[in-house]
Amino acid sequence: MAQLSESDAQAILKKVLGFSKADEAEATLNGSHSGNLRFARAAVSTSGGADELSLAVKSSYGKKTGTATINEFDDASLEKVVRRAEELAQLAPENPEYVTFLGPQKYPQPSAYFESTAGITPDWRAKASGTSIDLCKEHKLTGAGFLEDDASFTAVANTHGLTGYYRSTGLDFSVTVRTPDGKGSGYGVADFNDAAKMNTGSVTQLAIDKAIRSAETRAIEPGKYTVILEPAASVDLISHMVSQMDARMADEGRSFLTKAGGGTRLGEKLVDERVHLYSDPMNTDAPGTAWGPDTRPRGRVDWIKDGTVTNLAYSRYWAQKKGVAEDQAPAGVGNGFRGGRTVGGFEGAPGVIMDGGTDSLEDLIKGVKRGVLVTRMWYIREVDPQTLLYTGLTRDGTFYVEDGQIKYAIKNFRFNESPVIMLNNIEALGKPVRANGCLVPPMVVRDFTFSSLSDAV
Amino acid sequence: MNRRTFLQSTGLATGSLLLPIWGRSVSAFGETAPLPAADKKKLADIALNAATKKGATYADVRIGRYLNQFIITRENRVENIVNTESYGAGVRVIADGGWGFFATDQLTPESIASAAEQAVAIAKANGKLQEMPVELAPQKGVGEVSWRTPIQKNAFEVPVGEKVKLLLEVNAAALKAGANFVNSNLFQVNEQKYFASTDGSYIDQDVHRIWPAMGATVIDPKTGKFQTRRGLGIPCGRGYEYLDGKPEGKLAGVCTRYTTSYDMVEDATNAAKQAREKIAAKSVEAGQYDLVLDPSHLWLTIHESVGHPLELDRVLGYEANFAGTSFATLDKWKTGTFKYGSPQVHLVADKLQPGSLGAVGYDDEGVPCKKWDLVKDGILVNYQKIRDQAHIVGQQESDGCCYSQGWSDVQFQRMPNVSLQPGNDPKLTTAEMIKGVERGIYIVGDGSFSIDQQRYNFQFGGQLFYEIKNGEIVGMLRDVAYQANTQDFWNSCVAVCGENDYALGGSFFDGKGQPEQTSAVSHGSSTARFNKINVINTARKI
Repeated sequence: MAQLSESDAQAILKKVLGFSKADEAEATLNGSHSGNLRFARAAVSTSGGADELSLAVKSSYGKKTGTATINEFDDASLEKVVRRAEELAQLAPENPEYVTFLGPQKYPQPSAYFESTAGITPDWRAKASGTSIDLCKEHKLTGAGFLEDDASFTAVANTHGLTGYYRSTGLDFSVTVRTPDGKGSGYGVADFNDAAKMNTGSVTQLAIDKAIRSAETRAIEPGKYTVILEPAASVDLISHMVSQMDARMADEGRSFLTKAGGGTRLGEKLVDERVHLYSDPMNTDAPGTAWGPDTRPRGRVDWIKDGTVTNLAYSRYWAQKKGVAEDQAPAGVGNGFRGGRTVGGFEGAPGVIMDGGTDSLEDLIKGVKRGVLVTRMWYIREVDPQTLLYTGLTRDGTFYVEDGQIKYAIKNFRFNESPVIMLNNIEALGKPVRANGCLVPPMVVRDFTFSSLSDAV
Repeated sequence: MNRRTFLQSTGLATGSLLLPIWGRSVSAFGETAPLPAADKKKLADIALNAATKKGATYADVRIGRYLNQFIITRENRVENIVNTESYGAGVRVIADGGWGFFATDQLTPESIASAAEQAVAIAKANGKLQEMPVELAPQKGVGEVSWRTPIQKNAFEVPVGEKVKLLLEVNAAALKAGANFVNSNLFQVNEQKYFASTDGSYIDQDVHRIWPAMGATVIDPKTGKFQTRRGLGIPCGRGYEYLDGKPEGKLAGVCTRYTTSYDMVEDATNAAKQAREKIAAKSVEAGQYDLVLDPSHLWLTIHESVGHPLELDRVLGYEANFAGTSFATLDKWKTGTFKYGSPQVHLVADKLQPGSLGAVGYDDEGVPCKKWDLVKDGILVNYQKIRDQAHIVGQQESDGCCYSQGWSDVQFQRMPNVSLQPGNDPKLTTAEMIKGVERGIYIVGDGSFSIDQQRYNFQFGGQLFYEIKNGEIVGMLRDVAYQANTQDFWNSCVAVCGENDYALGGSFFDGKGQPEQTSAVSHGSSTARFNKINVINTARKI
């Protein structure tokens, strides 16, 4: 039941809206079939799956709104959830910022659904994970990994005639490989919509190589260093910055894009002119969703182009209040893109794309006289929203580079750095690759601030 | 911890319709009493029998009904009111030596039996990868029992209008006191969970939690600077009575703090005034300071540098791919002399502490809860364990630390309440402690936080930073964060105030595991002093 066709889903929504007595109503149906397998110490530690289907109804009387959800689908339950949403709406005070629901929209159809992923079985998961476990055993290393897949759909309809449907699949695999003495650690990660692209063996091999190479570390002094950032390391700093590009927060004077003396930094050059950050639901390597949280269709949005702030994200209310034209007031990234995975509890926004060049990571390393290769960042947290200063640590493979070669592994660092400063200090950009639902290039950045050493491996 | 993720994923931050808290909503006046235990027992037995019939050597089932209410406001308006009810069952089994789990939201006899069968199929597929079969610490069945959070006022039975009125009063107070913006939210959770296992346990629990959250922001348009002071109320295992604002729940000082009762309107007024003070405060000079840490701040440092590293699953490597491992390795523990902290440091785990977020009668694999020492007289003495880990460290008993965030998620080891015990001098107050500090910073409230994957190196911010010079508070500081190594930090603890100063802090959204789950946990302490800690200045220009 968790996967419904467009016609079946819309039939349920039509019936739901037929029960509505409110001034306006909108109904959303979400369904998913998911499975996961987690392993550690050469065995499965947890594994499971779930089929889930849920209906949310939002009803409004004037500017009073209530929301209710249900997971039963007989006629009586469908009517009950509508009545509950209406009851909550009657209880709620008027919201002066209320905006009426949208009429019919033309939605994009991202290429995000693959039968190869939707058809994954427990045996497939066990085999894919077994490949990883076996490789670790062959090298006499300890692997801890996680594989997660899902197939989902979303359908929406409202009393103004709006309808929409899209579906997507996703598969994520990551593994951390450690040497038996606990002195070396390496990380491999990949995420795709199409399971046919996943090779858990090659991901594991990368982690194994890093673990072996990082088994003997030296300590170097904290300070400012040129860094080579793998996409898996930089993606969350970059995508989180884009997720903070909210027009209202900037207009209200409480954003990194607020300008002293009033106004925002929209239209100002913020970072290096080579930086081009955008989102595009139709991108085939990192597809997004058809619509955002307020049912506006997603389209391609340039957030930063030639280093200049090109767009800020608007809610429909704020765009109307500020008199900003619809095509100048896109919805923000995140909150609907598939593939979002928290990294150390830090929410980046999937669906962010950053252009780069054609060089591989190895090419970039060759061009660095002295620097630090960072392969993964961990426990990133905002320190100051004024400057988007973040702190966090390097993890699972940090290396010293000299004269274009990786010389030796080094102890991990804590950093305190802002992506705004980081993207101003770009030395070189490589070819973008998918990481955590985004497309980000490997990059060389000068003067990255490492503030202390960590003993963690 | 993961509040932002939670708010975004639930759509609460934007008032979105896309609510992935699957389940059905209850009306504000709907039935909130738990479902009859007898009905749940019938379903549970169907699941256990189906699993056993398919070859499970152990099975447990959790039938959960999870009620949430979220009221989200800013300034003079309510942004959203959401009531959700999620109802379903998760079946966990051991078959062919491996774990398997499957959940269903269809609570019919056929569906719950099918979920049990699918859990067995998953366990058998996974069993092929096992080198050693799963081994559970013995747990005698406890029969048919029940437990309820000892609340005085069920928040779900308080009219929505009354709660909205309070939050709008809070906002008005902050605006009146000079805030440019204010957000206030009220989160209320009721977990009605029924656990049954093939050990012969049938456990019905009714768990309540509440969190009044608030933040007042002041901006300076001339400079483009802004500062926020978040509320000092805590998430806790109490009913709506927590919001009564009783005088006996307050601690006076340079900043009013709260223990067992919260005056949210008063705190909003203070928050606005202090946010304005923060904008004008002196930027800190980096260097070493003696830190005096209030319980509203220290809870988070305890959480990250004691609670997490002493989770046995991390120590053993089960969390290596995500949350990480731990510096507190088995070889250190086995010496019996590992100095986690100074002799003043006594840290306990307590799953029974009244008013705490983690208090329950039984954990999510049917183990009765208890209190035990983790660090005694500064020495590491124990970890936090669940049933399939105890044998690995040569022990026969789980500590009752198994938890799942909902019926559709598999249970695993989660942190109990972990707290620093009051100091030996019951008369030592915060004011007395500050008098003894020559160059220091008194920190109130939690802020930015980050720690490495083995829990050595950490960095913490806060809400309010008061400069101490020659035993006196001389003003407020900003741009403060401190960095330390966990073992160095706890060994630098020179004094802990008495019991009168003791308060809980905590988190509704502690994140761990893959798929990531949240859990709620409290950490208590009295104000404590830590000498010569490295403080950095976090100001930057972009």
